[in-house]
Amino acid sequence: MASGTTTAGGAPLRQDAAGERRWRARRHRWDVRWSPYAYIAPFFVFFAAFGLVPLLYTAWASLHRVELTAPADMEWVGLRNFSRLVADEFFWNALKNTVTIGLLSTVPQLLIALGVAHLLHGRLRGSMFFRVVALTPYATSVAAATLVFVLLFGRDYGMVNWALGLAGIGPVNWQNGAWASQFAVSTIVIWRWTGYNALIYLAAMQSIPDELYESAALDGASRWRQFVHVTVPSLRPTILFTIVVSTIGATQLFGEPLLFNGSAGATGGSDHQFQTLGLYLYEQGWVNLHLGRASAIAWAMFLILVLLGTAAGLINAYRRRTG
Amino acid sequence: MRTHTRVPRTRALLLAAAVALGAAPAAGCAADRDGDDGRTTISVGLFGSFGFKEAGLYDEYMRLHKDVVIEQTSIQRNENYYPQLLTHLVSDSGLADIQAVEAINIAEITATQAHRLEDLGTAPGVRKDDFLPWKWAQATTKDGRTVGLGTDIGPQAICYRKDLFARAGLPTDREAVGRLWAGDWRAYLETGKRYRAKAPAGTAFTDSASGVLAAITGSSARRFYDEDGTVVYKRNPAVREAWDIAASFATENLTARLQQFTPAWDQAYANATFATVSCPAWMLGYIEDKAGAAGRDRWDVAAAPRPGNWGGSFLVVPRSAKHRAEAVRLAAWLTAPEQQAKLFQRRGSFPSASAAHALPAVSGARHPYFNDAPTGRIYTRAAQGVPVTILGPKDLVIAQNLADVGMLQVDQRGRSPEAGWDAAVRTIDNALDL
Repeated sequence: MASGTTTAGGAPLRQDAAGERRWRARRHRWDVRWSPYAYIAPFFVFFAAFGLVPLLYTAWASLHRVELTAPADMEWVGLRNFSRLVADEFFWNALKNTVTIGLLSTVPQLLIALGVAHLLHGRLRGSMFFRVVALTPYATSVAAATLVFVLLFGRDYGMVNWALGLAGIGPVNWQNGAWASQFAVSTIVIWRWTGYNALIYLAAMQSIPDELYESAALDGASRWRQFVHVTVPSLRPTILFTIVVSTIGATQLFGEPLLFNGSAGATGGSDHQFQTLGLYLYEQGWVNLHLGRASAIAWAMFLILVLLGTAAGLINAYRRRTG
Repeated sequence: MRTHTRVPRTRALLLAAAVALGAAPAAGCAADRDGDDGRTTISVGLFGSFGFKEAGLYDEYMRLHKDVVIEQTSIQRNENYYPQLLTHLVSDSGLADIQAVEAINIAEITATQAHRLEDLGTAPGVRKDDFLPWKWAQATTKDGRTVGLGTDIGPQAICYRKDLFARAGLPTDREAVGRLWAGDWRAYLETGKRYRAKAPAGTAFTDSASGVLAAITGSSARRFYDEDGTVVYKRNPAVREAWDIAASFATENLTARLQQFTPAWDQAYANATFATVSCPAWMLGYIEDKAGAAGRDRWDVAAAPRPGNWGGSFLVVPRSAKHRAEAVRLAAWLTAPEQQAKLFQRRGSFPSASAAHALPAVSGARHPYFNDAPTGRIYTRAAQGVPVTILGPKDLVIAQNLADVGMLQVDQRGRSPEAGWDAAVRTIDNALDL
């Protein structure tokens, strides 16, 4: 707080009072000029420390051979860390897994969220209770949720296989089956994020004017037709937003597959069948200790996101021009 | 064209800070609070359960040194603990006064981090002759500084369920069981086939093919590296033989197809679904915890086909430790033969101090949970026969990918031993390539 303080001392002399006024005026000018910077500084300081510096360091490290055992020893290798990714079967496998797990988790998640939001939006006894319930999984830590899901999806003593067994379906190896494991990991993501997206949809739904529904009802539209022709079109910007956010989240998927693998950590299953890009990055950097290679993967992920964003933007612009 | 740069110190610090961010989530807070009463707080950073606290060693030390308070932090799995330890070491922050290092990582720590660690070999009260020579050598640098003091070693035995053996028509007496496979891992495989012929429903002979692989590779002197530090696991006949035998357990349906140290493995202990497991001394406590009261006196311990070592640990003191002198004193005390003997008696961690082996607390020890098996005698004999394994910096990566990628594919996905081997080799090649 730069202003509002008083000078110390006893009875001031007259010339001092004039000086005091000038001093105050100057301080006021400084205050007006610099305080705003001080107010926004925390964000930028934190962004610089936790966003910009790591970003730049990662870019620099990705051009070097550098090991976690001695991060200060850097050997220039140019773009080799990137060029080798092209021939790296594990990188492509991780990219493929990231896409399939991303689709397996994002699509059902948003569809279910839309449905849940629609239910919560309707007249419902104790709607506040259900809203809180919907958000509870989001408030659960990844680690806690995943550890519970590991038990549920256990091959020998898991509840899921027990229920399937009642239906006469043989035990599924959720950990080491190819599709089974991806499905299991996606389930954790869906469980955690559906409620969150549902609340976002719900907020958007509540801003849709009731008149639209009333006139639709007068025209004889069923609730389902109201949903398809009134709710969904009105939600389009919100749906786009959740798709973007979920896609970013899916690209960075890490905690769930890491913990789902129990003791084996970053391998993502015996055949790397659920090793995502984030997990492969972690394995290269903190298991194999190759920081340079890990940095290259991080930047490749970043570039993929930029590419996706640009493509989405172009499609949008094209549609706006033609439509 | 490659140039080699050494980054100046300030930037190095910055980089290290950036590196440290990567490991932030699990960052334990190394305690640097000193008591208001002027007592010194020594922090100890461990993985898993060393049992120092449980065996009352901290309390005893604090009784002997009224001015010291010991605080311990522990991360359950070494796979999570070790990267964090490395990050803390290279960034010189967040370290506890004493840190534990698993045997599989000690070669890398000694080769790359020795300049950041205290020389404990010259610390007062530490006698080289107290320790097994090979254990001492594993934490000693080329220029003769000993940066780690051995805590325990992992001499191996086979733990088996007497009740399941009886129902399968196999002998149950531990001497007779040991004779079933004495001298040859293939005889262990043959015993498995005999077990399978009359196996109680829903049980398998052993827990996992990876467990067998770890046990066999632990009983050969030359494993993944040769004397001059070259990676040789691919062309080492001992590793290939171990692979083939272990894979046979999977292809012959002798395993419960589990992965060790997972919840499913723990549950299998509680449900008694496998009859044998290769158990280094430190695993006894684990089995007792997981098999619980229902397993009391059902489990017993027999000699392994061949003596081998699996695991064990070291204590190191970082040079940047807040209370360096006190930490060195505590590390020396915790690893002294008398304390190691107590730890064996109370927790089952087998002493790396050979001076402790002759103490009655060790040589005469029996384990009440395991039918009063003379574990002292069994493990002491195994420890005497343990080969001096050549360690290398990337032992962990090689061992883990052989087990959790290659052998797990054979065990759980029904891949052929050849296909599993190829998958493991491809992963390891990728991991070792800088």
